[in-house]
Amino acid sequence: MPGEQGAARSFVAWVRTRGAALLIFVALFVVWEVAVRVTGIKEYLLPPPSTIWTEFWKRHDTVALGAWVTTQEILAGYALAVVVSVPLALAVAYSRFMEEAVYPVIVFLQIIPKIAIAPLFIIWFGFGFTPKLLLVFLLSFFPIVVSSIAGFKSADADIMDFARTTGASGWTLFRKIRLPQALPHIFTGLKVGAALAATAAVVAEFVASDRGLGYLLLQYNGQLDTPMVFATIVILSLIGLVVYYAVEVVERLAIPWHVSQQATAKDATL
Amino acid sequence: MTAPSVATAATRIVAATDASPPYVALTGVTKVYRRAGREETRALDRVDLTIREGEFLAIVGPSGCGKSTLLRLVAGLHLASTGEVRVDGRVVDRPQTNLGIVFQSPVLLDWRTALANVLVQVELRGLDPAAYRDRARRLLTQVGLADFGDRYPHELSGGMRKRVAIARALIHDAPLLLMDEPFGALDALTREQIRLDLEALWLATRKTVLFITHSIDEAVLLADRVVVMSPRPGRIERILDVGLPRPRGLDARRAPEFTRATEAITEIFLARGVLHGAARPIGQE
Ligand SMILES: Nc1ncnc2c1ncn2[C@@H]1O[C@H](COP(=O)(O)OP(=O)(O)OP(=O)(O)O)[C@@H](O)[C@H]1O
Ligand SMILES: [Mg+2]
Repeated sequence: MPGEQGAARSFVAWVRTRGAALLIFVALFVVWEVAVRVTGIKEYLLPPPSTIWTEFWKRHDTVALGAWVTTQEILAGYALAVVVSVPLALAVAYSRFMEEAVYPVIVFLQIIPKIAIAPLFIIWFGFGFTPKLLLVFLLSFFPIVVSSIAGFKSADADIMDFARTTGASGWTLFRKIRLPQALPHIFTGLKVGAALAATAAVVAEFVASDRGLGYLLLQYNGQLDTPMVFATIVILSLIGLVVYYAVEVVERLAIPWHVSQQATAKDATL
Repeated sequence: MTAPSVATAATRIVAATDASPPYVALTGVTKVYRRAGREETRALDRVDLTIREGEFLAIVGPSGCGKSTLLRLVAGLHLASTGEVRVDGRVVDRPQTNLGIVFQSPVLLDWRTALANVLVQVELRGLDPAAYRDRARRLLTQVGLADFGDRYPHELSGGMRKRVAIARALIHDAPLLLMDEPFGALDALTREQIRLDLEALWLATRKTVLFITHSIDEAVLLADRVVVMSPRPGRIERILDVGLPRPRGLDARRAPEFTRATEAITEIFLARGVLHGAARPIGQE
């Protein structure tokens, strides 16, 4: 029971803090709906929200299928990026060779507009799942690896001096000092990467695909089925939002001290 | 000028510590900070100093005279450019671990509560934190943080953080205590109380203490000997024996020895231009 009450209370608190934003959203939809009806704008230019909803509901299973495909690409590519970039960041931060050999390459590759590589992936890996996964991986990879390296290298000089007076060995030092100190940076990268993952999946589907939300988007666009274009965009945004918030929830669980520290800082500046 | 009984008591204490072997010894120590493309900084210049086992030694000196540098040299966190530092007979050529250290800034871990910040000292040493939990709580109580053990550093005031750092330096009961302006961020009242507590602790444990401070009063009230340093390049200007009987308590400020010592130190700073008698409003010629 207390758990349920707590949940209810936190929901109320959530509504209270996000209430204004919700209200603006609702107002926006109302204004949109009314404006379209009053001015009589053509539906293929700007459909009212009600039409978007009814059209979407008619074909929601097609969209759901596409959403599932895109979600898989996002999750797989993102997971691969996390699994590769955090250990790589560790290696770069702790091995002089890796730092001198690999880090400059990473910095250089980061400058390449990754999306421009998408057509190449199609040539190399065909039309299937692989090129999408790789593009998601590529876009998420850089922010995660760069901020993780920064995190692992960020060791505060005074804290390290204190640690040296305890004679702590490498592994203890890593576990108790370096890793916790790196986590806020790593999570910053993870969140940026998560935000980019959905974009990457859609772009990859734009380039060549026969399924997924990006594919549907192009189809609807070609048919001037604007309500469905809107509906697809909304679903895409929702997927991106869910992935992002999932990372944020993990962050809250992993480094509550940092999150509350930021909250305190925000309170202080308000 | 002084009551003879006090004078003899004072001599007795000094004589007792005189007999103790040196625990920390600096001979001809110079520290020059070099950085590419920058002028080098001579932070310490030919410093000779010994701290006897069980002695409470304080260093006073103006900002930038090399006090923190000296402390880091003793801890082995910096190495001397020339000269030799020895602790417990061994040459210091790497970070020392048989000590407790309070840095000038609190240097706490943001992700740990106050209690866990105290315990990190024993965890990093590979000891079992559970065995030290009670002791950590007691130390937090002693520094006036009984109710703040579960707070994170960002929820503590500057002075509170400093007190956590003091507790952390004491938890593992090391024989050498290095304290760099440990009472720096404390209010006058807490400062006075914690000074009394530190003296009591020292009297009970007889650790060797190197205590850095800006406060002439504090140095005289706490230390057996006060080292007065001159502005850059840091040199030892004078070493004063403080003849105050212990425990010094709150009345020590009224003792003639206190006045004599603080005045002597003030004289030195006046002569060196660290202090100048007449007040000049800041911002005017
Ligand atoms: N890591 C460093 N690199 C270069 N110069 C340094 C370094 N640490 C200290 N210095 C310089 O050495 C001199 C002495 O510094 P130190 O920190 O020892 O002074 P201090 O007596 O502790 O001063 P304060 O009372 O303000 O803490 C200063 O001029 C400072 O700029
Ligand atoms: Mg200093």
